[in-house]
Amino acid sequence: MMQLDNIGLTLGDTPILRGVSLQLQPSRVTVVLGPNGAGKSSLLKVASGEQPATAGSVTFNGKPLAQHSAAHKALHMAVLPQHSSLTFPFSALEVVMLGRTPHATGTGVDAQLVEQAMRATDSWYLREQLYPNLSGGEKQRVQMARVLVQVWQPVDSGDRLIVLDEPTSALDYAHQQMVAQLLRQRADAGCAVLTAMHDLNLAAQCADQLVLMCCGEIRACGSADEVLQEDILQEVFQVRFHRITHPDTGKPWLIN
Amino acid sequence: MMRRLPSSRLLLILLLILPLAVVGGMVLGPQIILPFQASDSAAVISDMLIVQQIRLPRVLMAGLIGATLALAGVVMQGLFRNPLADPSLIGVSAGASAGASLIIVMGGSLFGVAEWAGVSLLVIGAFAGAAAATWLVYRLAASATGTSVATMLLAGIAISSLAGAINHLLQLFADNHMLRLISLWQMGSLSGVSWSRLGWAALLLVPALAFFPRYAIALNAFLLGESQARHLGVEVDVMKRQVIILVAFTVAVAVSLTGTISFVGLMTPHLVRMIIGPDHRGLIPCSALAGAVLLIFADAFSRYLLAPGELPIGVVTAMLGAPFFLSLLRRQRRVVEISS
Repeated sequence: MMQLDNIGLTLGDTPILRGVSLQLQPSRVTVVLGPNGAGKSSLLKVASGEQPATAGSVTFNGKPLAQHSAAHKALHMAVLPQHSSLTFPFSALEVVMLGRTPHATGTGVDAQLVEQAMRATDSWYLREQLYPNLSGGEKQRVQMARVLVQVWQPVDSGDRLIVLDEPTSALDYAHQQMVAQLLRQRADAGCAVLTAMHDLNLAAQCADQLVLMCCGEIRACGSADEVLQEDILQEVFQVRFHRITHPDTGKPWLIN
Repeated sequence: MMRRLPSSRLLLILLLILPLAVVGGMVLGPQIILPFQASDSAAVISDMLIVQQIRLPRVLMAGLIGATLALAGVVMQGLFRNPLADPSLIGVSAGASAGASLIIVMGGSLFGVAEWAGVSLLVIGAFAGAAAATWLVYRLAASATGTSVATMLLAGIAISSLAGAINHLLQLFADNHMLRLISLWQMGSLSGVSWSRLGWAALLLVPALAFFPRYAIALNAFLLGESQARHLGVEVDVMKRQVIILVAFTVAVAVSLTGTISFVGLMTPHLVRMIIGPDHRGLIPCSALAGAVLLIFADAFSRYLLAPGELPIGVVTAMLGAPFFLSLLRRQRRVVEISS
């Protein structure tokens, strides 16, 4: 549904991304890993169309990404940025309702979907509070509900994509687990999910495809088993890791 | 938790208050004129003339200008995502005032020859100044990757002080009569309103104001940030350009007809937002009505207070608005301190 082909991104004289190729599929969760400054956010920005690539091409639902109108793209792609700066006193419910802006499904349907998305992100109990008064983690969950509700249901035959830049950065353990499961559920509902994360174990738990980035290039790409190798991780992160197998999930588990 | 009034209810309340404000504006003045007052016929006719020819067009003009300034304030605050933004921040008011001063000084001789020529030149000068300032700020701030709100604000400050300097320079060349004109005009005044001026204002402003509500949903999304609005399907650059042109036009017309009436565009949206919340679908119509009511009252007050003389209305709104602005500033600073 989305094809990134040999993407290059240069800002001024600084190369940010080089020769990045990646394919996203419906019902699959792709997690981008890597140290700070590896180009994770830049890759996500190119994929969401926020930053046009200086080389290569991005195809979304069979058409170059830049050729989608904003209104049409918004029906199929929802994007959660790393930071959001909303200072106006909307209630949490109103913020999530903004996620339905691209749709003309009517207030009744919208209200139902908003409630589902807020319950899924454990933010329904915050609905009447003013967004600027919420804590960092609460804001992040409300914003996530807003993004998820934007592509909660399919609108036509076009595939849906959810792009999330570090959605768990302000969350406690329980809510990180919730997000991992939620991303899987959204994938099972037919969405393609592209997210950047720092927690390797959380990534291993929810990803179908892992992308390990280093210095603007893809160092490794594949299943958790293939990518989370001790020697590759040490080379990329400059930290020694030990890998064991999680007794419940059977997924790789890294300790350092 | 929050306590808010549904926007439809506030709209209803304002729709009830507005006619009362209009009636109040016609009654109040240097001379209190009560409707259906029984007296001898000559006085009744003179009262009728005062109400028909002076007070009614003036009250309607105050309402129209109040609505215009309030709407321009709402939209600018949404566009800048900052509740302290105001059309005067992007240099529209300053540019308009410089343009008008230029006309007063250059075309001073015309005021003696024919008043209508002087007045229309004044309007054209203010409009040209406002449009030039806005165009310049916009050119400075807009680039291939989009319009930077921060650059635009800073450019607005620079343009405002440049226009202010031009203003002061022109005042050096002005004689006493011109100085009085310039200062009266800069304060903002509704004293010269006639039916023909009101007709012109309505012709220009009413169609422009009718455009504002269609930006409500886009502005709501815009409060999340430019790129988020884009991801929600808003054609951000198109919308920004249209909104900026619309605001520059309406403010320039308002300022050229009645001078710089400050703080209405700042206060009104704030008060309305405190009552119904920041959703532009309610905020836009309610602010228009609230701005109209506010300015009608302020104008009646300005006529009544120093009767038979009158206070320029800009003085009244500034005296109400400046403390309001300072308290907002203080509150914002406290929020920043807590969050940092």
